[in-house]
Amino acid sequence: MLLAFDTATPAITAAVHDGTAVRAESTQVDARRHGELLLPTVDEVLREAGVKLDAVTGIVVGVGPGPYTGLRVGLVTAAAFGDALGVPVYGVCTLDGIAYAAGQADDLDGPFVVATDARRKEVYWARYGDPRTRITDPAVDRPADIADEVAGLPAVGAGAALYPEVFTGVRPQAPVHQSAAALAALASERLARGEEFLPALPLYLRRPDAQVPAGYKLVMPK
Amino acid sequence: MADEPLVLGIETSCDETGVGVVRGHTLLADAVATSVDEHARFGGVVPEVASRAHLEAMVPTIQRALKDAGVSASDLDGIAVTAGPGLAGALLVGVSAAKAYAYALGKPLYGVNHLASHICVDQLEHGALPEPTMALLVSGGHSSLLLAPDITSDVRSLGSTIDDAAGEAFDKVARVLGLGFPGGPVIDRYAREGDPDAIRFPRGLTGPRDPLYDFSFSGLKTSVARWIEARRAAGETVPVADVAASFQEAVTDVLTRKAIRACKDHGVDHLMMGGGVAANSRLRAMAEERCAAAGIELRVPRPKLCTDNGAMVAALGAEMVARGRAASDWELPADSSLPVTEPHVPGRHHAA
Repeated sequence: MLLAFDTATPAITAAVHDGTAVRAESTQVDARRHGELLLPTVDEVLREAGVKLDAVTGIVVGVGPGPYTGLRVGLVTAAAFGDALGVPVYGVCTLDGIAYAAGQADDLDGPFVVATDARRKEVYWARYGDPRTRITDPAVDRPADIADEVAGLPAVGAGAALYPEVFTGVRPQAPVHQSAAALAALASERLARGEEFLPALPLYLRRPDAQVPAGYKLVMPK
Repeated sequence: MADEPLVLGIETSCDETGVGVVRGHTLLADAVATSVDEHARFGGVVPEVASRAHLEAMVPTIQRALKDAGVSASDLDGIAVTAGPGLAGALLVGVSAAKAYAYALGKPLYGVNHLASHICVDQLEHGALPEPTMALLVSGGHSSLLLAPDITSDVRSLGSTIDDAAGEAFDKVARVLGLGFPGGPVIDRYAREGDPDAIRFPRGLTGPRDPLYDFSFSGLKTSVARWIEARRAAGETVPVADVAASFQEAVTDVLTRKAIRACKDHGVDHLMMGGGVAANSRLRAMAEERCAAAGIELRVPRPKLCTDNGAMVAALGAEMVARGRAASDWELPADSSLPVTEPHVPGRHHAA
């Protein structure tokens, strides 16, 4: 019994998956309230699924890449649940969940690209061979700088929709936002196949913005 | 006493990941992981660096605190967390962790105020707080005079800084002197070798028409910088120890003078001091002298409980449990500007 959630995109999404099927899912989009909404959303899906916490055998969490503040909400919540319940925490690349969901919603039989909004006029993105197989490491770039690499490829995710001039193959029928149900279903497949997971650590892909000061500013003008 | 509430407290408002465990007024564990070294080269706390460090340290620090306390998480009567004020992204790591532990363990959650926690921590050191408590709270982010008839429900602000916090002034003066970050401990060290009367730096907001209980340290900081720059411009050596001692004297003079005035005006026979600057040796000594002279009892915790820590949050959480205050709900936000007058954030529709 998996409890899955992801806060690496504007969505706050949680789901319960019993190893065969999704038992409950809830997704809200509110980029500024991850911290407030995640626990109530988890509570809601557990209730809806009629699953008690002590039945949960693993936590699945989207590890990004994503804007840091929201991303950390999901990761620290997953780590705390893992510790308090004594169950493993399975990290999954957030883009993998979107790719998997796109595969379920759309007829994607060849390579495609997933992109989310990284703000500051950049995207987090990766290329996929099929909905279950990522073939590049997740990266953060300005859309114009990767135009050649993504031109003509089918593209899914909010980052692709934001920059249609670069992501020329945007698929309107694919879901735009992350879904914990897709993340849980993907993790469940990977568990069944005995595949490795990512550690539940954040994929920030950027260093903190901070400048080492050159010296202090004089109070008295020279 | 075994029937006193056993509470775990989490503090992540700035650069310390603190987790404490208390039973009533008894300190059982005080685990702190700090990212201060990572901020030093930037000359101040970098919020994103602090938030990243909190995420890494959170679960290990909780595990360490429980182990040090020799208690099991399932025995806890509640989990308390700093809901504000502080750095938004840093607070959010602690608040999210506290919610998940409380939810997973089936324990009530108490989102509490950082400043009230700095006062309540003294219960671990000197027993139950008098009511009302007069408190001088001085740190890198805050300088306030607070009167608390009930630390769990009624905290009033008599005055606070109108510009820089006292600790901020220490950091800035240390930067001008080239002593690095953080400034408090290093200025304290140099000041011991210096003459506090060597330079007469200004005492902010102490004029006859100035507000009685507010503070200002920005002018003092500028005055110290000007004095140093003038020496440097004249090619003279800056007497670092004398500058440190004289600056520190100006800060502690104003803080203690106003705090004692507040006690007298309000008929309160004791003064509690807390916050990182309350770890300063000169402030402690001067407060001791002046309180004794005024017939006021001084209560100040050991330095480790003055700086940010989780035990203080646990102490306030335990008081919330003991007094039957409403728990917070699962939507509890991290509030970077939580007013000092709100000791905790009760739930609107608590379901736990």
